[in-house]
Amino acid sequence: MSFLPDISLIAVLLASGVRLATPIGFAALGGVLAERSGVYNVGLEGMMLWGAFGAAAGTYLTGSPVAGLVAGVLLGAVAGLLLALLCVGLAVNQLVAGIAINLLCAGLTAFLARALFGLAGGGTAVSGFASLPVPYLSGLPLIGTALFNQDPLVYMLPVLVAVVTICLYRTQAGLRLRAAGESPRAADSAGVNVTAVRYVSLALSGAFAAAGGCHLVLCQVYIFSEGMSAGKGFIALAAIILGRWHPVGAVVAALFFGLCDALQLQLQFSNPLVPYQIFLILPFAASLVALVWFNKGARQPAATGMVFDREAR
Amino acid sequence: MSYLVLDRISKRFGGFSALSNISLSVERGTARAVLGENGAGKTTLMNVLFGLYRPTEGSIQIDGKAVSFRSPADAIINGVGMIHQHMHLAEALTVTENIVLGLGGLHSPLNLRRHSAKIAALSERYGLAVEPDQPVWKLPIGMRQRVEILKMLYRGAKILVLDEPTSVLAPNEIDSFLERVKALRDDGTTILFVTHKLDEVMRIADAVSVMRHGQLVAERDIGHTDVRQLSRLMVGRDVEPVRIPRLAAPGDPVLECVDLVARGERGLTALDRVSLTIRQGEILGVAGIDGNGQSELAEIICGLRKPESGSIRAGAAEITGLGVSARMRGSRIGFVPEDRHGTGLVLDHSIATNFVLRSFRRRPVSRLGLINARFIAEQARRMMKRYDVRSRSPAQPARELSGGNQQKIILAREIEAGPEILIVMQATKGLDVGAIEFVQRKILEARDRGVAVLYISTELEHVAEVADRIAVMHRGRFTGEVLPGQATAEHIGLLMSGLSVGEQR
Repeated sequence: MSFLPDISLIAVLLASGVRLATPIGFAALGGVLAERSGVYNVGLEGMMLWGAFGAAAGTYLTGSPVAGLVAGVLLGAVAGLLLALLCVGLAVNQLVAGIAINLLCAGLTAFLARALFGLAGGGTAVSGFASLPVPYLSGLPLIGTALFNQDPLVYMLPVLVAVVTICLYRTQAGLRLRAAGESPRAADSAGVNVTAVRYVSLALSGAFAAAGGCHLVLCQVYIFSEGMSAGKGFIALAAIILGRWHPVGAVVAALFFGLCDALQLQLQFSNPLVPYQIFLILPFAASLVALVWFNKGARQPAATGMVFDREAR
Repeated sequence: MSYLVLDRISKRFGGFSALSNISLSVERGTARAVLGENGAGKTTLMNVLFGLYRPTEGSIQIDGKAVSFRSPADAIINGVGMIHQHMHLAEALTVTENIVLGLGGLHSPLNLRRHSAKIAALSERYGLAVEPDQPVWKLPIGMRQRVEILKMLYRGAKILVLDEPTSVLAPNEIDSFLERVKALRDDGTTILFVTHKLDEVMRIADAVSVMRHGQLVAERDIGHTDVRQLSRLMVGRDVEPVRIPRLAAPGDPVLECVDLVARGERGLTALDRVSLTIRQGEILGVAGIDGNGQSELAEIICGLRKPESGSIRAGAAEITGLGVSARMRGSRIGFVPEDRHGTGLVLDHSIATNFVLRSFRRRPVSRLGLINARFIAEQARRMMKRYDVRSRSPAQPARELSGGNQQKIILAREIEAGPEILIVMQATKGLDVGAIEFVQRKILEARDRGVAVLYISTELEHVAEVADRIAVMHRGRFTGEVLPGQATAEHIGLLMSGLSVGEQR
């Protein structure tokens, strides 16, 4: 059972790790935006699923994966707005609202998928994005395939991380978002519309999570299946904490979980005699261990999870 | 026409009328004090002016123009800035970030360095020293207040509303603060100064409006009034301080704390080798500004928090390692916590249940693990009578009572448990004069029965009224101990801000 890992094996592992990390990274980035503005987005899992369905449906109906991506992201934004309506507009408990979104998305996508793609067990395959190797760089040993021979969404993630980071820390909009999550009362009395900030953040959050779902369909399996997000949205929640509510940190944490996932797949293949469920545990166990290990000093935005009511006495 | 006119403002919360029919006119560049007791409606009125509350009826005019504020953003655009008693700052953000928050277009880059420079210039001009690049949580409270003022000035506030601004400051910080406010007024800013402190009114205001129970009861020019008259207008009657002559000299030491060390929320030192002794039938007052280790001290003595080092003895027994219930039962410690709603009461439970929170496990409140409802109801009736708790019935939820009645429930529960040691925190905060008098009387009676009392409060005048000795706390240490009546407020104020008497300014 022992093997000396050779370079090519590690390169394959890295490449699949990056690919598997991408959906988690998108969702975690969305989660950072939501929690930084003061709202837990426990609905990441459902929004991801919703995005995956949107991508499949959009591509199936138009034949264009780009249209699928747009459809998925838009549906995600709508789901984000629904969460905002529930827990900002109607002051429903944020965790309950998030769980409701997860259940709603699971049920609705299953229903709509059967209506649209028929009852055939395998579903209907759709076209997607092929990988775009970067000339010269994709030939680099070890990291060439992992970083420079991937699909367009993988390349998009670091760009979005940079944009979000700059917006969050270098613009007035980002300052307002952070202030809404730290002290909505302070933001409010400085003339910031806290409600509007949170609606926009949650719409973006839903869009990002859905983009993660789009990656599953358009770049990984080219088919929609029920419950295909398979807990990635919840791992993204762990990645947010592990990444200290920072966009870069959250995506790096997502990468760690993606690598764990790739490793467990590799172990499944190389150990066919061991029940594969044992290895499936790995990413979840890693997230538990990492959370316990790195929990010290983690400080979430002070007002996350709390309803803001200006006239509350 | 006056610069700022509030015209027949009313505000109701559900069935409760917080403001009724208030009219107020203030001239440009003057300072108006709004005087009243806690709960008189001063802050509510100011929140209406700042757009935090929508008035139920009435209108506001500024400079002859009718204005209507849906939010603070509207108020700010119209030149109204408010400094809240409990500051509205995001603690994790820096001073500059807090000040520029909400300014400029959404996608405009922050350009914090340019703003920092402008803020520095503004702070220089008005003598409001701040550290622009520090996160707010690291700053002392006086500086946070200056940040709040700069935040409003930076937005071009022409009318500055200050809500009980001195309540968080040490006495010697107050002087320079009042000077700054006067300078702002002389510069043309219109000031509304909300307070219940008469001396501050006399020092800073050009005119004063007095509020009581949500109504405007009087308006006076400062030249045509004095402290005695204002006090009578504010309270509605003459007030005499509580004084119960002590019956017996203090006895043997009951509570001894030696070298207590503790860390606070952010890992900073909260208590730095604090030692104290309280004798039987003695009240040790602890004065100090909020957040200088008082909460940690009280919690450690009650067992709610573990000290890093140091020891606590109650009578002959070492209790440092004991848990809360062991301390309450064995050495009989009573605790009136500062957070009445969170720690002192279960708000949604009945008055009767709140009376037995300490004793529900023991006879006669429960037998064989079953609660004796009849006993609890009877006891509640007895206690409500003895402690003058006013409510419909013992079954009424504690949430529906006034702050004074809530405090009486806690006090009754803790004192009637028969403690040897009573820790009382912020016993009178937010209460009206009648309730303050009652609470103080009950504590003095407990003292006369031989209870050792630790009386912690940020309200110096109340500490001075009941304490036998006053220890002053600053940054987790006792900076001095004085006898009431033998030390001036200024002397205690210096101790509160950490200066020993030798190094005055």
